[in-house]
Amino acid sequence: MAGIGGAETPARKARWAVLNTLVVAYALFPVLWIVSLSFKTKETLADGNFIPRAWTLDNYAAIFSTTEFVRALVNSIGIAVIATVIAVVFGTMAAYAIARLDFPGKRVLVGVSLLVSMFPQISLISPLFEIERTLGLFDTWPGLILPYITFALPLAIYTLSAFFREIPWELEKAAKMDGATPGQAFRRVIAPLAAPGVFTTAILVFIFCWNDFLFAISLTSTERSRTVPVALSFFTGSSQFEDPTGSIAAAAVVITIPIVVFVLFFQRRIVAGLTSGAVKG
Amino acid sequence: MSHALPEAEPGARPAKAALSEGKKAERRLGLLLCAPAVLVMAAVAGWPIIYSLWLSLQRYDLKFPDKQEFVGLDNYVTVLSSPYWWNAMWITIVITVVSVAIELVLGMALALIMHRTLVGRGIVRTSTLIPYGIVTVVAAFSWRYAWTPNTGYLAETIAGGEPVLTQKVPAVLAVILAEIWKTTPFMALLLMAGLALVPDDLLKAAAVDGASAWQRFTRVMVPVMKPAILVALLFRTLDAFRIFDNLFVLTGGSQGTSSVSMITYNNLIKGLNLGIGSTMSVLIFIAVAIIAFIFIKLFGTAAPGTDRGGRR
Repeated sequence: MAGIGGAETPARKARWAVLNTLVVAYALFPVLWIVSLSFKTKETLADGNFIPRAWTLDNYAAIFSTTEFVRALVNSIGIAVIATVIAVVFGTMAAYAIARLDFPGKRVLVGVSLLVSMFPQISLISPLFEIERTLGLFDTWPGLILPYITFALPLAIYTLSAFFREIPWELEKAAKMDGATPGQAFRRVIAPLAAPGVFTTAILVFIFCWNDFLFAISLTSTERSRTVPVALSFFTGSSQFEDPTGSIAAAAVVITIPIVVFVLFFQRRIVAGLTSGAVKG
Repeated sequence: MSHALPEAEPGARPAKAALSEGKKAERRLGLLLCAPAVLVMAAVAGWPIIYSLWLSLQRYDLKFPDKQEFVGLDNYVTVLSSPYWWNAMWITIVITVVSVAIELVLGMALALIMHRTLVGRGIVRTSTLIPYGIVTVVAAFSWRYAWTPNTGYLAETIAGGEPVLTQKVPAVLAVILAEIWKTTPFMALLLMAGLALVPDDLLKAAAVDGASAWQRFTRVMVPVMKPAILVALLFRTLDAFRIFDNLFVLTGGSQGTSSVSMITYNNLIKGLNLGIGSTMSVLIFIAVAIIAFIFIKLFGTAAPGTDRGGRR
């Protein structure tokens, strides 16, 4: 795509290269800093150097030898995966209905889910804290999965209904005319077309659940269901004289890995998912 | 879609009278498919918000559970006459306004770069997604250590060894910076979607007519992008208003840097005062509703709730 009124001259390209480098540096330097901290030895941890002077894997070895971190990692993965699956299934059903069917209360549903997405999460903390304590859900996996599903649903419904509107549904009819059974039409024609949207939504929802801190710190109290972001903020080091910086940095890097993987492999999808829902509404 | 099927397929649109049976089935299916989502949202968001209204009218401190009683609006009087509450409100407003304003400008620049760059588009987009996706707590720790004297590179270079995070104004600035870093890419992506709607021909025509780059931006791009800009602003304003993670890690709310979410959390989970905590929850909810209302009133119906969808 050429710029307005200009050819792709080397000078223009060079200018863009400089700008791009600035953007990349902006995006990455806090990440590289925490990575660097995680590889520093105890002695060089407080030297303030951006690049470690001495490298070590001790911090990683240390966190993986504690149940505090390993248990939190299991909790984080389990809770985020379960919440993602349920939210995407419910979201797919609702989004299909919104995109394809005519029924009363459709606008209300869209409005309500918009409302939920704008909801200040803190407003739910007090009632949920009390309700979950009464129901015995406090400090359990379902106690976190439920609010995650709730807040992921609007995101899922928006993104998916935008994707579903783009699907050429006429193909389904065409396939049936060509003699396909409804099952075949769905499997061979519609499912492959819908899968990318569902997949993208799953990534976005997972990132949301993975990221949460407020619910996780308010609705848990022990290792049983504490997720990594919360466990991080409770790291104190193995003795009170030990600085937890190295362990926190290493744990922080570990939970950043899935995000980096998603971003590297699915950049296009994530961008499409984030923008489609917002603009086409 | 590159190909469109003929609009009037035989048999695709049966007569009105025959429609009603199919129509009913369609309605049933629609409601059925939405039911799980609606039930979850009603149970986990709708009911609790009503319950918190009820709690906010009670004296209810978990440290003294026997003393629970109905006190009417007493909690509201307590909170609204508390200087801590108003300080937190101001901090929240300052953080919201300053960070969203800067993000709009930076995000627009970033969107233009991502949209138009001639080289390395993939790399730029990929790396800007990192701040969006990274766990906020992780990023906040990175900033915290960067600002810690001795440990951090920013503390030594920019702050000259001063403890930034333990003084009110510098700490708030550090929080705003962390917030901007994390969320500008999201703003930029929303704006980029708007940019994609600007027809190239229109820009070329404006250029031919002698419009400068700035004029093309303000007279052609911005008007076309207006809905995208408003959506981005609304989303980010409401999001910034609930700021919690960054503050929790960076300052812990010390030196009067608590946001409204932070102060509510402290009353609720640390203080175990459900009555006061719920009152604050309700007040925050009202504040958010007011912000959303102002946006929609001021800027018309560009909000995404006005759905034109479902017609295909």
